[in-house]
Amino acid sequence: MFRQASRLLSRSVAAGSSKSATARAFSTEVPSTIDSTFVESWKKVAPNMDPPQTPSSFMKPRPSTASSIPTKLTVNFVLPYASELSGKEVDMVIIPATTGQMGVLPGHVPTIAELKPGIMSVHEGTDVKKYFVSSGFAFLHANSVADIIAVEAVPLENIDPSQVQKGLSEFTQKLASAATDLEKAEAQIGVEVHSAMNAALTG
Amino acid sequence: MASSAAVPFWRAAGMTYITYSNICANLVRKCLREPFKAESMNREKVHFSLSKWADGKPEKPVLRSDAPEV
Repeated sequence: MFRQASRLLSRSVAAGSSKSATARAFSTEVPSTIDSTFVESWKKVAPNMDPPQTPSSFMKPRPSTASSIPTKLTVNFVLPYASELSGKEVDMVIIPATTGQMGVLPGHVPTIAELKPGIMSVHEGTDVKKYFVSSGFAFLHANSVADIIAVEAVPLENIDPSQVQKGLSEFTQKLASAATDLEKAEAQIGVEVHSAMNAALTG
Repeated sequence: MASSAAVPFWRAAGMTYITYSNICANLVRKCLREPFKAESMNREKVHFSLSKWADGKPEKPVLRSDAPEV
């Protein structure tokens, strides 16, 4: 009880000085020096207790950004039930972001991209491996590591074209006859996913 | 200023991202060739028992088991 009170008390004292520390923008390294003004104010108020730990002191330092752009992109492509690619070094991946097909090369600016149903292709030398991704996210880090997560991703050969056509016509019909907003949205999703699969198979 | 960001159509209709993502995944799974389809349906089966609580006591649990067709 007392412990909490003193911590809260000293936090309000140090709030002015530590605010400058917390207002710092993202840093790619965990600060190895603890905020000294905070520690000093703490010691004045509670000299016999250790200053409280902050979450950053428990964090492992983020991998540092290499000063020169690496030659290969490290891809981690995971699904809920399997790890499709783990730490694979490739030349480029093209991901189906909601903003369009995005090519990712080593040294890409750190990005978080939401994926739409579409083709993801992994380029390694002359090999190109294509997957149809249902939806997900891609996290591109500063150190040329790409984490791509999808709920469902299948190689294009595994898709049945007749089912796709059937689904497309079914959902186009549902979209026309949909009543509520929710039904319309569901039908729209169906149309989008099936058109994307269609385009993937024929394109 | 109307809305600060253009919301996707599914969110405008009251759907969450998880629901959207699951619907997309289900549609893709339905369009697979055999045997991949059977494998994926097996993988995605859900089986749970849900019981609501009233006045600190659990009511009769509801068993929900997923057939391949969600």
